[in-house]
Amino acid sequence: MPVGKWLDVGTVDQIEPGTARTLPVEGREELAVFRTMRGEVFTIVNKCPHKQGPLSQGIVHGNVVACPLHNWNISLETGRALGDDDGCVPTIPTKVEGGRIFLLREAVLNPQVADAADEAPKAAA
Amino acid sequence: MNVTVAPDMKGTTGVLSRGRKLVVIGNGMAGCRAVEEILSRDGTRFDVTIFGAEPRVNYNRIMLSPVLAGEKTFEEIVINGQDWYDDNHIQLVSGDPVVGIDRQQKHVITRSGRIENYDTLLIATGSDPFIIPVPGKDLDGVVTFRDLDDVDKMLTAAEKGGSAVVIGGGLLGLEAAHGLSLRGMDVTVVHLMPTLMERQLDEAAGYLLKAELEKRGQTILTSANTKEIVGKDGKVSAVLLEDGTVIPAEIVVMAAGIRPATGLAKEAGLDVERGILVDDHMVTSDPDILAVGECVQHRGLCYGLVAPLWDMCRSLADYATDTPSGYGGSVTSTKLKVSGIDLFSAGDFTSGEDCEDIVMRDASRGIYKRVVVKDSKIVGAVLYGDTADGNWYFDLLKKEEDISDIREALIFGQAFASGGALLDPNAAVAALSDDAEICGCNGVSKGQVVSCINNGAHSLDAVRSTCKASASCGSCTGLVESLLAVTLGEDAVETGPKTMCKCTSFTHDDVRALILEKNLKAIPQVMQELHWSTPDGCSSCRPALNYYLLCAWPGEYIDDQKSRFVNERLHANIQKDGTYSVVPRMWGGITSPKELRAIADAAEKYQARLVKVTGGQRIDLFGIKKEDLPGIWADLNAAGMVSGHAYGKSLRTVKTCVGSEWCRFGTQDSTGLGVQIERMTWGSWMPHKFKIAVSGCPRNCAEATIKDFGVVCVDSGYELHVGGNGGIHVRATDLLCKVETEQEAMEHCAAFIQLYREDARYLERTAPWIERKGLDWLKEALFSDPNTVKELARRFRYSQRFSQDDPWAQRAGGDRADLHSHLAEVRPLQIISEVA
Ligand code: SRM
Ligand SMILES: Cc1cc2nc3c(=O)[nH]c(=O)nc-3n(C[C@H](O)[C@H](O)[C@H](O)COP(=O)(O)OP(=O)(O)OC[C@H]3O[C@@H](n4cnc5c(N)ncnc54)[C@H](O)[C@@H]3O)c2cc1C
Ligand code: SF4
Ligand code: FES
Repeated sequence: MPVGKWLDVGTVDQIEPGTARTLPVEGREELAVFRTMRGEVFTIVNKCPHKQGPLSQGIVHGNVVACPLHNWNISLETGRALGDDDGCVPTIPTKVEGGRIFLLREAVLNPQVADAADEAPKAAA
Repeated sequence: MNVTVAPDMKGTTGVLSRGRKLVVIGNGMAGCRAVEEILSRDGTRFDVTIFGAEPRVNYNRIMLSPVLAGEKTFEEIVINGQDWYDDNHIQLVSGDPVVGIDRQQKHVITRSGRIENYDTLLIATGSDPFIIPVPGKDLDGVVTFRDLDDVDKMLTAAEKGGSAVVIGGGLLGLEAAHGLSLRGMDVTVVHLMPTLMERQLDEAAGYLLKAELEKRGQTILTSANTKEIVGKDGKVSAVLLEDGTVIPAEIVVMAAGIRPATGLAKEAGLDVERGILVDDHMVTSDPDILAVGECVQHRGLCYGLVAPLWDMCRSLADYATDTPSGYGGSVTSTKLKVSGIDLFSAGDFTSGEDCEDIVMRDASRGIYKRVVVKDSKIVGAVLYGDTADGNWYFDLLKKEEDISDIREALIFGQAFASGGALLDPNAAVAALSDDAEICGCNGVSKGQVVSCINNGAHSLDAVRSTCKASASCGSCTGLVESLLAVTLGEDAVETGPKTMCKCTSFTHDDVRALILEKNLKAIPQVMQELHWSTPDGCSSCRPALNYYLLCAWPGEYIDDQKSRFVNERLHANIQKDGTYSVVPRMWGGITSPKELRAIADAAEKYQARLVKVTGGQRIDLFGIKKEDLPGIWADLNAAGMVSGHAYGKSLRTVKTCVGSEWCRFGTQDSTGLGVQIERMTWGSWMPHKFKIAVSGCPRNCAEATIKDFGVVCVDSGYELHVGGNGGIHVRATDLLCKVETEQEAMEHCAAFIQLYREDARYLERTAPWIERKGLDWLKEALFSDPNTVKELARRFRYSQRFSQDDPWAQRAGGDRADLHSHLAEVRPLQIISEVA
């Protein structure tokens, strides 16, 4: 788990498993906080690497979201487009503690595409 | 008591001259094997004394079952007779159990008071049968099945005949039951779990075993809980079950499990959990005390089978003779020793999510085989009826061999899988006998499948619909495909409709049929029952399943919003910039100043960036934000407007022309009929979008002949057209029929929609559906029975009762506010809350 300041953005039960909710950041990229069917929580920038589709509105299956615009499949863990598609959306280190969701502040303010070698941080509810 | 002393040991000082003193507690399988292993490495290192509670030499405990069944005598199962002890200068003290270990003095003491010093002590006390704590457990006639004395008790009881109850349907219990029944007793097996030998067998094999035992005259009660053993004059007379059943019994065999015999070790202060804790060299927490066999716990595991003992004894002997090797734990396999029943199981067959099952069934020969594969390795196997390949599978399992190369032929066994030409699964299938069962679910044999193929079923789908093979759980799909290839030649096989998606081997049609057949009512249930290969599906199967369930169980199924595309989840069309468009319904294309005013107000209030008249005769407001949707809907609702479902796989629009009210050519009230039809059909979910139009005359200004359902009014009534499509491939409608009244037109419209809803595949519009099924099929389906139209229309109206609920009004009323609001907002300068 990376070190730094963590932002408390709300409780896990505010997100229905298998869906996402948006998190606008003033002056920065809007984020999408996902909770998978199995209860893991991931945060990525709410912008498809293809044509900026709002990923928060896609269908979540496993640890993947299908973009609502042209159905690219994006890994919630790495932000990477799966299959033949190529592209990557920044992921935000996320952890769940005591039923609350925390995002790494620095990454919220400066979202970065995860290093290919890094396994993206994830959190279980 | 029965003390045997090796002849040349009598009165000598051999103890000192021959080396260190090894004392073994337990003259059973592990204790004696350990000694054998040590002797084979170094015959002089130890001076050995073995204590055995049983008054006899070392015998093969697992063969007590054949002794009970009368297939073997005791003499035949002795492993080491007296001469072995004598020849190896081993002192055997039998019939005098050790009752205490003194680790300070380094000696053991027996029941008769005999004290024996040791340098090294080996505990090999095995296990004790577990006696379930029910009233009556101590009655005369309640026996266990562990040693020869138990067998003798059973044989004595069996001589008098009568009834026996065996408590426990595991390996031991079933072998006891088998023996007693061969000895002429009336046997009932009472088993707590729903499946016999549930630790070794899966449900299918457990079922076959139960059926076979019942055929042999035993009564097998599963899911049966013993409440009490009833006695008369201190002797067993019956067994009472929790459900009130009373089973008369002269003898009750407790075979409900075993517990490692750890009493001595515990009292001596050794570390004991479930078993005596040992390291990889079988050394206990006291370096001078070793332990081996069923009484130990190694790396968290206690074993109840002999194979692990052999491995343990080897490493124990290596250690005791200063060449430590280390025991790494065992994978076990089981066979049931009941003559005529071939049964084998090994490894783990609780197929997890990432496991793949390969199953083969041949009902006529009573064969069931299942191999569980994970990451291209065998992790478990259950074989019933034909266990010839058990050891081969077990070997592959233990060696963790990669089986991808033989994957296709694996289930047919070693002969097929390893023989070059036979590597081809088709060849293996070709070699099956005609009565070999292909589809276990529907009991279809190879012969039946082949004849069905020969009779014209040239695709998987055709086979499924004609003889039902592979139409249920789908696990035999590969076999059926091979049979098609073998029977027709690879190239002649017609590739049927594709499977729904990569998550399943079923086609859309199969899934729909199975939802009804198996009464499946929720997405996870469908995925479970139909062996979905992904944990929660994908973005193509989830919406399809949601629709199929909605259609199958109107009023009952709860719509799964997270399985819907965003448009249907947010009841608006998503635009390329992530905003939404809002299209209120305009019945039959008719509007009013009041509605137009409300639309204009809403467009201003919510800053619609474009207001456009659509090709579907209504108005579209573009550029609305997700958060504003409930607000704009509330405003439109207030003016009496509801959702136009411009976003849904659902009824879109009913276009009309002005008709007889105004038009000089109009023959009927096309506007009025259009409005009525839209009122009847709005809100209905469909396989794809569905468009209707009503034109007042054959000039057809409403373009009714390129709609899914089109009405063209004529003087004598209404021509009903179906299967039209504008869009990508324009298709003009087919004329379905002509009716005389509005009422009939409505009825036919409802019936046609319902047939489409129930039959078409998800995302298949009426045009391709009709092309696929044929107009003749459609007419046949609707008209061959005079009641069908009425019945379909009834079903449609019934399901409409649950869907004509304006989704906008629900949301405007606060429903699912989470879908329209942010989780939170972050403003970098005034962060909501901050934690270290
Ligand atoms: C708004 C509208 C265009 C317009 O401004 O007139 C429109 C807009 C869209 N059409 Fe259409 N179609 C519109 C009438 C039509 C018509 C004309 C009609 O209905 O009489 C057709 C041809 C008739 C037909 O469907 O058979 C039509 C054939 C299509 C097709 C091709 C369908 C096909 O079977 O080939 C698509 C693509 C699809 O559905 O997959 C499509 C898809 C779309 C989508 C939903 C594209 C999308 O997926 O985002 C557009 C959504 C825009 C939006 O956000 O509202 N639209 N579209 C019309 C809305 C009608 C309404 O009031 O609901
Ligand atoms: C009827 C039956 C059928 C079986 N069938 C199979 C099979 O098909 N396949 C398979 O793999 N396994 C089978 N088993 C299990 C197998 O027999 C055991 O795993 C194996 O015998 C265990 O060996 P052990 O030396 O640890 O224990 P045991 O063989 O039980 O030996 C322990 C010995 O220690 C003695 N003892 C205990 N306490 C003391 C004491 N204080 N002092 C002196 N002596 C003591 C006992 O009397 C006993 O003789 C079967 C078991 C039974 C009962
Ligand atoms: S014709 Fe193409 S661009 Fe125009 S609305 Fe329809 S889908 Fe969109
Ligand atoms: S914008 Fe996401 S797939 Fe096109």
